Amino acid sequence: MPQGSQTALALSPERVASATYDAIRECATTLRPDYRCAARSALDRLRADGSGKGASVLGQILENAAIGEADAVPICQDTGTVWVCLEVGSELMIPGNVFSQVDDTVARAYADGRLRMSVLADALFDRTNTRDNTPAFCEVKLVSGAGATLHVLLKGGGSDNASRVVMLPPGAGARGVRKVVLDCVREKAANACPPLVIGLGVGATFDKVAGLAKHALLRAVGSPAQSEEAAAFERELLDEVNALGIGPAALGGSPTALAVHLETAPCHIAALPVAVNMGCCAMRSKSVELVPWDVRAADAADGEGGEGPLAKGGAR
Amino acid sequence: MSNPVKLTLPLAREDVAGLRIGDEVLLSGPVYTMRDAGHERALEALRADGTLPFDLEGATLFYAGPTPPAAGRPLGSVGPTTASRMDFATPTLMEAGIVACIGKGKRSPEVVEACRTTGSVYFACVGGIAALLATHVAESELVAWEDLGTEALRRLQLEDFPAFVAVDTRGDDLYRAIEQAAQ
Repeated sequence: MPQGSQTALALSPERVASATYDAIRECATTLRPDYRCAARSALDRLRADGSGKGASVLGQILENAAIGEADAVPICQDTGTVWVCLEVGSELMIPGNVFSQVDDTVARAYADGRLRMSVLADALFDRTNTRDNTPAFCEVKLVSGAGATLHVLLKGGGSDNASRVVMLPPGAGARGVRKVVLDCVREKAANACPPLVIGLGVGATFDKVAGLAKHALLRAVGSPAQSEEAAAFERELLDEVNALGIGPAALGGSPTALAVHLETAPCHIAALPVAVNMGCCAMRSKSVELVPWDVRAADAADGEGGEGPLAKGGAR
Repeated sequence: MSNPVKLTLPLAREDVAGLRIGDEVLLSGPVYTMRDAGHERALEALRADGTLPFDLEGATLFYAGPTPPAAGRPLGSVGPTTASRMDFATPTLMEAGIVACIGKGKRSPEVVEACRTTGSVYFACVGGIAALLATHVAESELVAWEDLGTEALRRLQLEDFPAFVAVDTRGDDLYRAIEQAAQ
């Protein structure tokens, strides 16, 4: 098949919808494997220290994941809103409204999977349940390259409610950013089902900084930021968060968080936007490569199940 | 860790008087699910004619919106939602007869004070383990407010449902105690 028609096929609304369906069904009943792995390591460390409550909670989180998988039941009763991001290389063409079939597929996936319908018609004027968990919240992210990756995230209300955007004065600097994160964790971690993965966005504009924090949650849990400077900031902040003593299920001790993921961006001379997006102990997302990013791999792979730029290192 | 305290619902105030923050409990018996929209309806009903679709005296509320039946169980998964969103209604409901509520996270000073003055408790349970918690639910029955979907009023029959005491009848608060201990 010529490359052009293969690309068009891969990015059709049908293909996006069918990949979204499969991702929702799998995510709802599956704790993200990288989170599971990090939780298991944390549990091993706690058991080595002989710690009680935190180890018991981590054990329950892993047991819960096993039940979800074995019985095909949701790992959390809050099966979330559906967030879909098509990350697409600028060398590709996007056909029309690539998300035109996503809401239909969300409705089917939530009915077929016996998932919870958690979406209301209007936040302010019509808080009636839409009864099919639509609409999904969709975005396109343009990056360089010639591939395409679909990210699907089921986001619970508790952890999103525990998140925030703060527009700091630039003079607040790195110390100010740290304070935003530590205040947010201190005030809200108990509501967000720790151990957390903390998505931290710094930069861009008021509307975009929250997106940075959300995208940071897609990275494999504990995989360091690309720059050494950012990776060091993540490590220091994780240590400070875990020194707060909130712990698994907020019952005291450590870890309160398994990772801090930082994404930074350019910004206005007057600005220092900061966003914290909490990821909970039922992290559910999947990243599916719809068009290979590596042209040489295009012939070898069928384009399913690979890793886009954001998902390097094992996040799914 | 001490052994969990087994409690049979519905609870009398003397059943909970001796509980202390941090105690682990296993709850068996009926609870009523109520979330955000349910609490608004409950307050409206109390204002209108002073009654709810179930007997409030000694009742336990569970802040939860379950998923539909699955895997041969009455609910696929069910777990606590953030309790602080119900703070606006909890003192009124405790004064009207409820003895316990189950959720996750911190409560307002007003709820802590209501626990003390009415002799009620707040149980917290671990969030994010709803497939596991659903194995401790033997029955689920719709009671009222079906139009609210997952937020409808349901009676669940719990069996050795694991929770811990987060606010006790003395007005002690586990989350604040943990915060202070860490400082």
